[in-house]
Amino acid sequence: MKSKRLIRSGTLYIVLVFLSLLFLAPFFWMVTTALKSPDELYMFPPKWFPSSWQFENFGKAWNSQPFNTFLMNSVIVTFLTTLGQIVSSTLIAYGFARFKFKGRDFLFMVLLATMMIPWEVTMIPQYMEFNYFGWINTLKPLIVPAWFGAPFYIFLLRQFIMSIPKELDEAARMDGANSFQIYYRIHLPLMWPIIVLIGVFNFLSSWNDYLGPLIFLNDQSKYTLTLGLAQFNGMYDVNMEGIMAVTFLISLPPLILFFFAQKYIVNGVSSTGFK
Amino acid sequence: MKHDLIVSTENISVQTKRKINWGRLAPYIFISPWIIGFLLFTLGPLLFSLFISFFDWPIVGEKTFVGFSNYATMFTDDPLFWHSLWVTVKFAMLFVPLNIIISLFLAILLNKKLKASSLFRTFFYVPSVISGVALAMIWGWVYNGEYGILNYFLSLAGIEGPDWLNNQRWALLAMVIASLWGQGTMMLIFLAGLKNIPKDLYEAAEIDGAGKVYCFFKITLPLLTPTLLFNLITTIISAFQQLTLALVLTGGGPLGSTYFYAMYVYENAFKYFKMGYSSANAWIMFLIVLFLTMLVFKSSSVWVYYENEVKNSK
Repeated sequence: MKSKRLIRSGTLYIVLVFLSLLFLAPFFWMVTTALKSPDELYMFPPKWFPSSWQFENFGKAWNSQPFNTFLMNSVIVTFLTTLGQIVSSTLIAYGFARFKFKGRDFLFMVLLATMMIPWEVTMIPQYMEFNYFGWINTLKPLIVPAWFGAPFYIFLLRQFIMSIPKELDEAARMDGANSFQIYYRIHLPLMWPIIVLIGVFNFLSSWNDYLGPLIFLNDQSKYTLTLGLAQFNGMYDVNMEGIMAVTFLISLPPLILFFFAQKYIVNGVSSTGFK
Repeated sequence: MKHDLIVSTENISVQTKRKINWGRLAPYIFISPWIIGFLLFTLGPLLFSLFISFFDWPIVGEKTFVGFSNYATMFTDDPLFWHSLWVTVKFAMLFVPLNIIISLFLAILLNKKLKASSLFRTFFYVPSVISGVALAMIWGWVYNGEYGILNYFLSLAGIEGPDWLNNQRWALLAMVIASLWGQGTMMLIFLAGLKNIPKDLYEAAEIDGAGKVYCFFKITLPLLTPTLLFNLITTIISAFQQLTLALVLTGGGPLGSTYFYAMYVYENAFKYFKMGYSSANAWIMFLIVLFLTMLVFKSSSVWVYYENEVKNSK
């Protein structure tokens, strides 16, 4: 019985390790390529490790294009959208979770339904709208909409707030707190695991966004990192080690963030329940 | 004392009146950002998109009302419409089932009692944090026909791999695989669903002598169907919006084999500047997605199992 269990968990481990290698291989391939010298790049069978590690590849590739400018733009967009989502989505979710008002359930249904609208449908009018505002080729089209909440985040936050005991609100109201103070003093601090979750989700989607910048930005000086990387890839005289080096550098912030916030992602997804 | 009370009621009533007004307004103030955003960035554009789909609407120049002619052209006189729709349907038919099966399989493995399961969970999830262009870059190099790591592994098994992204037969499958790599969130959702299944059900079944396979089909799968429904709908929606990979890696080629519907819409709008026609394209896609979602929802009453149903039937 014992040996049977041992064999079973042994095979399970082997399967898991094999799958992990499968999932991690592309990362390894990226890193090892980024560190190679050009003459070791195009070899078959490929070399697993470069014979000398070319750390200067990173600097060389990064400085060959205005990646510092792209980084600045990406940081601005990611920071401001994340802040905007947190501020607006928490307020909106609180409104939906803690009040009874006319049309609430209908409006919430509408909110959920908007998640199904493909972006292709709204893309063209939005482009015209932002063009009318004079926002094309600025970072505003990427930032401003984030200050009006996102349905998915609102949904997650609302689920969470509904699990907070109402007695807390009532006690605070007895002490003379108004609705905003209850939101700010009681709910906001309690919501922080979900705030971290939506912060991470939004960071990732904003940092990785390609189509938004592609449609709304024209000048290179306004490019975000993803747009810069795609343009870099399209140049004909660029070596693969440079592309992989920049890809690695661009992937670094999401990866670091993920390792710190992993717990919140897993717990957040588990606790909110998707029924 | 009594006198005092009577005098102050007037005050109170004034106060409560104010409070009621505020109280009625408060929720609307809290949700107002969403309402404004919804009107400005969703409903407005949605209606405007429908409106201009009945026009010949170049980005500059004369706009002319053309009735249903954009829609008619699409269906009868534009092979690219049918072609891109077919490419997307093929992609979805591969991507949706594979995504569901693989995520579910990984979740089941991770749900076993193992010391290192959180480490493996990290490994399986980590590709999901880099999506879009970075993911495309990595896979573009993995798929390289001459020097790519994938063909190296295939050569170890004695298979000569194709030049994936430049091969009409393999490019779409390559897109499917690359997309599957970054689908960890779905795995986490399945994992959460699995953890929600009460353990005593399995214990009871074991006492009755039920095997693993029986338990999976009679307990795990039925109780997981609500999660499955959610994942199925999100996957279908995302499959129909697939664009970034093709835009960055293949530009829709080779020979249009990765020319997704979303790319068709995008190019009509921002390459050929046919805003009216492109809006009509987008609306057709919207209707297709809506139809499929409805279909899944309608069918769900047959195959989705809610726990309270079990309780009620007892």
